[in-house]
Amino acid sequence: MNVATLPTVALGELLRSMADDEFVIGFSDSEWTGIAPTLEEDVAMSSLAQDELGHAAALYGLLGDLTGTDPDVLAYDREPEAYRHCRLLDHGRGDWAMTIARRFLYDSADGVRLDALAGGGWAPLADLVGKLIREERYHRMHATVWLDRLARGGDVARSRLIEALTTLAPDAATVFTPLPEALALVDAGVLSVPMEELEQRWRAAIGPTFSTLDLPMPPPARDQARGRLDHGEAFRWLWTEFNTVRRAEPGVTW
Amino acid sequence: MSEESTYTAIAMARSGVPATGEAVDAAAVWAALAEVPDPEIPVVSVVELGMIDDVDVGPDAIHLTLLPTFVGCPALEVIRTSVERRLQDFGRPVDVRFDFRVPWTSDRITPDGRTKLLASGFAPPGPVRADEPLLVQLGTPVPCPNCGSRRTVLENAFGPTQCRAIHHCTACRQPFESFKSI
Repeated sequence: MNVATLPTVALGELLRSMADDEFVIGFSDSEWTGIAPTLEEDVAMSSLAQDELGHAAALYGLLGDLTGTDPDVLAYDREPEAYRHCRLLDHGRGDWAMTIARRFLYDSADGVRLDALAGGGWAPLADLVGKLIREERYHRMHATVWLDRLARGGDVARSRLIEALTTLAPDAATVFTPLPEALALVDAGVLSVPMEELEQRWRAAIGPTFSTLDLPMPPPARDQARGRLDHGEAFRWLWTEFNTVRRAEPGVTW
Repeated sequence: MSEESTYTAIAMARSGVPATGEAVDAAAVWAALAEVPDPEIPVVSVVELGMIDDVDVGPDAIHLTLLPTFVGCPALEVIRTSVERRLQDFGRPVDVRFDFRVPWTSDRITPDGRTKLLASGFAPPGPVRADEPLLVQLGTPVPCPNCGSRRTVLENAFGPTQCRAIHHCTACRQPFESFKSI
């Protein structure tokens, strides 16, 4: 695509939202390192976190190329209000059921979003997405296996899973929050369909799993227009955590 | 020519390495890259892993395009440094670029690379079957690299590095790792 015709504002919003999503869920996953319910899951969550932070770094890199900004500045040097991850990722680590419910909802939605970006009109993003899709397959498999295990795993596991899904339900569809000037992305061929249609695809994709496991499908998002704004206390705490080294020693590299 | 560059040219002439301006053979660059080990699984080289997409010997620099095995691979900068160091004898700048234009997949690992993985106790990856559900693919037992038995189970699709998975052999009762199909 000719750079002159690239909708840079909309593209920047898209990259920032995706990078922030991966960054925040990656850091949330890393909260399990050392304390996951089993040793295997300790390794798995740490590996998932490493994948997601790597994805975030690559997406911040593209955003940095687009805007002429250092990716580390994008990742670390913003106030909490300036992050654009979806509200689904704003609930804090919670228990294991909460973690699995969040991962399943996010991974399934992220998969639909990535598919709609594959082969898109801006090569740097389309190329990266082609690679992300291969890795996210493993993430979806992990979340699906655990969702199934908790849903069929006896009263405690099942009730905790339903409680987690109920807590997350009003925010589940916020992955598809319409982005500013997003239609320009569709016109430019960067994104194949609008976010609203992606949400329908996501519902169709997860419907059979929720039906088989007799789990409550998430309703439409509450206040979807603000689905990537108004981050609460749990995110402020995480922000303080992931910024600790950066603020203690500005400009530090390792 | 400065004194320093004269000495460099003499040193290169003695070591049989062409000085700047002389022709550099792409095959020689490939041969040198074949000696650069992967930092996480050093029994295989970056060439055997299929990480080298392109070698372009230009008049002023050697341009390399490398394919990261994983987007978030923490070893990329180590690989960049190792490659630059190994190629410095060619006497011209080395420009290493990481690119996703061609997605790296485990299908790119060469037959020699697979043999070396197996010999060092890593089960090589099976072919990537993108059309098949991942669970079905992961349900196919991976032959044990220690005893060859197919009576093995996947313990964890996630391992000590992003590209490795953990298995257990019920025949020889040993744990082992595989390189992920991806």
